[in-house]
Amino acid sequence: MPLPDPQLTPGLEERAARVSLFRKLLKNPVGLIALIFLALLVLSAIFAPLLAPADPNTASLQDVLAPPGGAHPLGADSAGRDVLSRLLFATRFSLAGALLALVVAAVIGVVAGLIAGYFGKWFDSVSSWFAGLLMALPGIVVLLAARAVLGPSMWLSMAIFGVLLSPAFFRLVYASVSAVRNELYVDAARVAGLSDARIIARHILTVVRAPVIIQAAMITGIAIAIQAGLDFLGLGDTTVPSWGSMLNDAFAKIYTNPDLMIWPASAIALTCIALTLLANVMRDELERTAGPVKRRKNRDRAAEAPIVKAAHLSTVGMATISEEERRLALEQPAASEPGEIVHPVVVHPDPEDGGRSSTGNPFGEELLSVRNLAVGYDQPDGSIKVVVNDVSLRVRRGEVHGLIGESGSGKTQTAWSVLRLLPDGGRVIDGSISFEGKDLAHATEKEMTKLRGAKIAYIPQEPMSNLDASFTIGSQLVEPMRVVLGLSKSEATKRALGLLERVGIPNPQRTFDAYPHEVSGGMAQRVLIAGAISCDPDLLIADEPTTALDVTVQAEVLSLLRELQAELNMGVILVTHNFGVVADLCDRVSVMRAGRIVETGPVRSIFAAPEHEYTKALFAAILEEGEPRGELVAARTETAQTEKEGLR
Amino acid sequence: MLRFILRRLASGVVLIVVISTIAFGLLYIGGGDIARRILGQTATAETVTQKAQQLGLDRPLYGQFIDWVSHAVVGDFGTSWFTGQEVIQAISSRVAVTLSLVIGATLISAIVAVLLGVWAARRRGWPDRLVQVISVLGFAIPGFLIALGLVIVFAINLGWFKPTGFVQFATSPSGWLSSIALPVIALAIGGIAGVTQQIRGSVIDALRQDYVRTLRSRGLSANRVIYKHVLRNAGGPALAVLAVQFVGLLGGAVIVEQVFAIPGLGQVAVAATNQGDIPLVMGLVVVTAIIVVVVNLVIDILQGFLNPKVRLS
Repeated sequence: MPLPDPQLTPGLEERAARVSLFRKLLKNPVGLIALIFLALLVLSAIFAPLLAPADPNTASLQDVLAPPGGAHPLGADSAGRDVLSRLLFATRFSLAGALLALVVAAVIGVVAGLIAGYFGKWFDSVSSWFAGLLMALPGIVVLLAARAVLGPSMWLSMAIFGVLLSPAFFRLVYASVSAVRNELYVDAARVAGLSDARIIARHILTVVRAPVIIQAAMITGIAIAIQAGLDFLGLGDTTVPSWGSMLNDAFAKIYTNPDLMIWPASAIALTCIALTLLANVMRDELERTAGPVKRRKNRDRAAEAPIVKAAHLSTVGMATISEEERRLALEQPAASEPGEIVHPVVVHPDPEDGGRSSTGNPFGEELLSVRNLAVGYDQPDGSIKVVVNDVSLRVRRGEVHGLIGESGSGKTQTAWSVLRLLPDGGRVIDGSISFEGKDLAHATEKEMTKLRGAKIAYIPQEPMSNLDASFTIGSQLVEPMRVVLGLSKSEATKRALGLLERVGIPNPQRTFDAYPHEVSGGMAQRVLIAGAISCDPDLLIADEPTTALDVTVQAEVLSLLRELQAELNMGVILVTHNFGVVADLCDRVSVMRAGRIVETGPVRSIFAAPEHEYTKALFAAILEEGEPRGELVAARTETAQTEKEGLR
Repeated sequence: MLRFILRRLASGVVLIVVISTIAFGLLYIGGGDIARRILGQTATAETVTQKAQQLGLDRPLYGQFIDWVSHAVVGDFGTSWFTGQEVIQAISSRVAVTLSLVIGATLISAIVAVLLGVWAARRRGWPDRLVQVISVLGFAIPGFLIALGLVIVFAINLGWFKPTGFVQFATSPSGWLSSIALPVIALAIGGIAGVTQQIRGSVIDALRQDYVRTLRSRGLSANRVIYKHVLRNAGGPALAVLAVQFVGLLGGAVIVEQVFAIPGLGQVAVAATNQGDIPLVMGLVVVTAIIVVVVNLVIDILQGFLNPKVRLS
């Protein structure tokens, strides 16, 4: 049967990645310098007998502490031995010792890690425990103890140190192996009848190779440092020249000839720095290579399963998705922009009486006026990615203004820019945000801090991730009230308990004392609403406040919001993707698409006579909701809309 | 919380027992003919046998071990084979010196690392790159080299500190401070490098969390959110690194003490190692293990304090 060879693809990919990693290492100036330095070091260690002008151990009384020059290019030490020759031979022994420790550590660590990670069972727990044991004691103490009984052998102590370092490899390999053990391609190989040994060799080793190489560079540096330390303490083998023993020798003459320390000290320091830099550069390059690959995969997956992706984006939202997805989501409006004809905004006129709120009150004064707002994100290449363009909207006291659109349409970005709490790199690049006469687009951070909470409040979308898990719910409510309103602790506590009761929490004291993970999502959202209104704001920005909740809870939270809005006579910006919510709560609505508002006006007029194609399409999507088919249908029609309207 | 502490304590005791057993086995088996080594090559076979008898080395190993354990549990680790001093005395007179170095270095590392890490995480750009460079250098260069550099620059060339020697706190507090300043700095630089990276990473992660935006939307300043909320959340992983750093610093202290001629555990350890003074070495291993266990316990309790989920589990 012509089964595709499961070994082929990952192997090839990996090889290509490795070649390009090495090439990238050469192109990186830091990596190149570190590599050249280490190569020279290895060469001088190999050819030490040829390069050294004298025997490293021959003492000569007349040359004691001879200055550099002549027969001793770098001078002679306190026993009259040639410093250059000693340095060259010391390089040899120091590197060899470190290499021994590395080999021992790598062999034990990688083998044990593979077995424990791949086969698991008892070996897993025993070896993990043993790794913890080895890491519990300072290495030097163990080496000193070993030296006490085994005598001053560099090879023995480096072998022992290798054992002590093996957990570094063990943990690394163990973690990667247990991660890939159940990957599909490993399963496929198993089904195809490959033996465990071949699977490990072909699939698992390729995964752990790069991290092991990086770890090896670090470990070598540590081994060099500890060996130099032992020899510096005078506990090493005195017949073997090493950087540490040279340093020990020079340290005795620190007052008269401090220059003697320069060579061994720089050799140790530069080697350790070169190894660490090499490891860092390799890690950076690997991460950089992994980046685009992951992104491409994400996009492929998105193309194959748009339903999953759209559903995921609209429920979880921009705030909680990974950086990668966030970037993708941000790209979408911009990506769909070129070549697209920008339709003029359809503006429905206000009714002649100036409009009344859903509760029947006339609207108050204008709170917020956003004009021609543009929001952009600075890109690493210096350009700006525009995610909101030419957005204008207005909110009066007592008025609920809905912002509706698909995920990635820029509605949340618009909301955040009013709070001036855009994620890293994001900023208002054009337009003005006027709040009670103050231009927020150009306000200082200090002015914004004064406004937030007190004048403008925010209800987030995902209740759980918006509470700090390390503090009790009560303390998170009390802290802002003390800062913003200047209340005492007991006053703030009293007020917080009152607020919790107001938002419909059955046992306020218990919730007050609880940590966020101890309450349900619906409760957490009520807590967040309580927090938002705790300092009597004039304007409330609610970012899909019900999306993450169960359907039954959604209705309760919506009616709570409506009550509170009427009671406090707040202006509200309500971000949503649900026309049901708009119909339920909003006075005005602005339909957003690809970073722009396409249609805006009183809810009644837009519901009665949508003019923009996109608004009509959105309505067409919810009309089907009338049939009793439940949530699944709603999600699917919406997604179909996504595809049709091209969030490509 | 109490159950959590008790469980950690129990696992610490197990660790000490296991380390003692392994160390005892290796030291007494690996030591070969110990009596011969103490007396030297010139000693007669007769005196060697006598010495072995005197030290109890002729008895079976398990008998020696049971003997050692029964004394060790009440704090008696025997006497040094070379000085005749009681092991526990030799160690306890030095342990405070080493601990003051290591704890001082740990505290300084923690404070400086928090400031640098938060600075790098918030500013990014050049402060971030600067902190990265410092971290790489501090991590890569062995502590004793840093110590040597400090001695040459600040003690020998500038003369700000005495290069060697240790002043007891009781004798002169200011003299004590000046005598441990350089060693503590030498040790702290490595610790700072390790912990700063961790703090920087955790703070960058924590800053991206949703609750940071929500807390700031309530009118809390960025500084307040970072130093109260973000750091508390970033504190867990940073403490874990600090625990590892502490073990490293304990080892580093052995060498740094030698550079500054400070009479701490390091000096005892080096002397005992050179002579093959096995009861003393054994005592040192056990005391080190106890210190490590206690520090890890303290860190675990701090973790529980920082993270309510740890406390409940």
